[in-house]
Amino acid sequence: MDLTFSEEQDELRKVVRSFLTKYSSEADVRRLAADPRGYDPGAWRRMAAEIGLQGLAVPEEYGGSGFSYIDLGIVFEEAGRALLCGPYFATVALAAETLLRCDDEQARRDLLPGIASGETIATLALTEDGGRWDEPGIRLTALETAGRWQLTGVKTYVIDGHVADLLLVAARTPSGISLFAVEADAPGLTRALLPTLDQTRRQARVEFTDTPARLLGGEGEAWPVLERTLATASVLLAAEQVGGAAAALDAAVEYAKIRVQYGRPIGSFQGIKHKCADMLVEIESARSAAYGGLWALDAGDESEIAVSAALAQAFCSEAYVLVAGDNIQVHGGIGFTWEHPAHLYFKRAKSSEVLLGTPSYHRELLAARLGI
Amino acid sequence: MELDFGPAVRDFRDELRDWLADHLVGEFAEHRGVGGPTDGAAWDVRLAWDRELSAGNWLGVGWPKEYGGRGLGLLEEIVFEYEYARANAPYRATVNAIDLLGPMLLKMGSETQKKRFLPPILAVEELWGQGFSEPGAGSDLASVRTRAERDGDDWVINGQKVWTSFGMHADWLYVLTRTDPDSQRHKGLTMLLVPTDQPGVDIRPIRNLAGQDEFAEVFLSDARTGADMVVGEAGQGWRTAMGTLGIERGTTLLPQQLTFEREAEALIDLARERGALDDPMLRRRIVDAWISVRIMRTTNMRTIAELTAGRAPGAQATTAKLYASTRHQQLGHLAMELAGPAGQIVGEDYGLDTRQRSFLLSLAETIYGGSSEIQRNIIGEQVLGLPKEPRP
Repeated sequence: MDLTFSEEQDELRKVVRSFLTKYSSEADVRRLAADPRGYDPGAWRRMAAEIGLQGLAVPEEYGGSGFSYIDLGIVFEEAGRALLCGPYFATVALAAETLLRCDDEQARRDLLPGIASGETIATLALTEDGGRWDEPGIRLTALETAGRWQLTGVKTYVIDGHVADLLLVAARTPSGISLFAVEADAPGLTRALLPTLDQTRRQARVEFTDTPARLLGGEGEAWPVLERTLATASVLLAAEQVGGAAAALDAAVEYAKIRVQYGRPIGSFQGIKHKCADMLVEIESARSAAYGGLWALDAGDESEIAVSAALAQAFCSEAYVLVAGDNIQVHGGIGFTWEHPAHLYFKRAKSSEVLLGTPSYHRELLAARLGI
Repeated sequence: MELDFGPAVRDFRDELRDWLADHLVGEFAEHRGVGGPTDGAAWDVRLAWDRELSAGNWLGVGWPKEYGGRGLGLLEEIVFEYEYARANAPYRATVNAIDLLGPMLLKMGSETQKKRFLPPILAVEELWGQGFSEPGAGSDLASVRTRAERDGDDWVINGQKVWTSFGMHADWLYVLTRTDPDSQRHKGLTMLLVPTDQPGVDIRPIRNLAGQDEFAEVFLSDARTGADMVVGEAGQGWRTAMGTLGIERGTTLLPQQLTFEREAEALIDLARERGALDDPMLRRRIVDAWISVRIMRTTNMRTIAELTAGRAPGAQATTAKLYASTRHQQLGHLAMELAGPAGQIVGEDYGLDTRQRSFLLSLAETIYGGSSEIQRNIIGEQVLGLPKEPRP
């Protein structure tokens, strides 16, 4: 049992932070928030070539570095702290994880090396107009004719779906939920960027009309794969939320030290000091929730993974929203402006809160998994 | 969830498990889970249990052998606390002396003091009480006014101490006194060891809101102790007091943790029994209670992992108490709500059941050991680096 970080992991954090300081500064975030692609292709390539983040936790046999989930969690925490814009979460937490979980060795060999090298941007297209992350929410249908599968229907709220080269699509077939790979240039596929409240994470609506697709794994066998993928993604998102919340608290504390009212720094007033202390309590508790999930993922204990993933989303989502909101409150009027970065964190917190299902949904998942 | 602390301590763990299986029987087993930091229930049985532990050499696992301990490391101490809590053995009557006074003497005491006082603590021959708080010095401990003056080879002490846990049972007190009458606040304080068996020491129980005589007030009227009973240096009492307070050893919250987990499980059973799980509002609060205790556990495990790896504990070691105490109170409120009107009925002589007692005593958890407000100051100033409140 090792619930602390090693020196190598401290070093990894330093490397990632220093990379993101360079390529995901506030100026970068604002520039990319206004860019239709929502990411910087040059920085994306360098992220793969220089520090190998896309393939960090992909096993070596598929072109990755085979690091642990705790290592990957460190990267997501730092990405959250820097409000990294781009398809990292979609590609790594959703698509790569789906491929790793599904029973299709050939697909892994074909598709993972491109993801690990940074060549392929990928995403998971699961949600539809209902915005649901559960099995009944999947309505898009796949039909097989003469040994070829075709998809027809709509996926929406697809994270970074507008720039993905590869879409992994959850669809309904006669035997249940199945998973398909679709290339971005496949015939009958159209996609549109959705304007989002949080401009640092993009979503798209994707329409399929008799779009040819490759079946991944066994037909009708995809739901357990997706459920497990979503558990991993929930934990990684939680790590990202912890990083964002910690950055918001840092900003609040820095401001509380220098902002003077009534002749003294506002941080010396208990009204502000105690608010900041409560923010840290939330963050450290959220950190425990997220790290608990990462440790479970590395330990490979399936029931523990299911429980800690739902717990992580139920808790960390609300913690981030609370802390990001309090950061605006501590800043007062300046925190309410477009030019101050506080709203960027707040909006990311709100979009993350519902990204993989609401906190209420995750509480219900947790209750069910605990037999409550 | 079972915790495994690794192969290095497995023999130690097994020895302890076997011992507990053999000795936590009869009357001791009937008192599983009884007692707490502010719960003096079944004191005599618990004292006998402490002596049983002492006979097995299980008190002071981490203390040096020369003073009666086992001379083992932090990991063994943690394993001891975990296995002890897992067995739900009675809360030890010697906790205060072993967790607070002992480490203070080990760090700041003279060799003579260590030899004189440490072995009787582990032998459960002498019980100790803490004399820090005063009627006018609670959260603001530095404003203590209890005076100590030199008179030949003695110190003569006058003043009043309060909130001394289990003070009625104490043979000795460790008392924070002001020895320089012209001094202000943290300066001019001295830590003295004072025997209670003398005319100048009058200890009166204070009844807490659960109806127990658990803590005491101590009146010191020309009480005397020897010149050699200063811990650390005279005038440096603040340093002595603070040197061991707030040292998170990862062992303190662990027993409490398992108790909270048991309470959360009991809460779910009660809710199921009452059909409350179908109520979405209650259901949400029940799930949140479960989340809280699981988060407390992971937070503790993070601190333990850091300490045993020889790393400085992170911020969570400072936030853990505030989180745990607050959430435990919420859990208690929920349990009482689920218990409904039946939960409002007590036994004869204000006899409380486990739920009622735990709920009422949880109100102290946000007060003792630094109130939640003081915790927020500590987090704000010492962890986040925010400026102190200017003194008027």
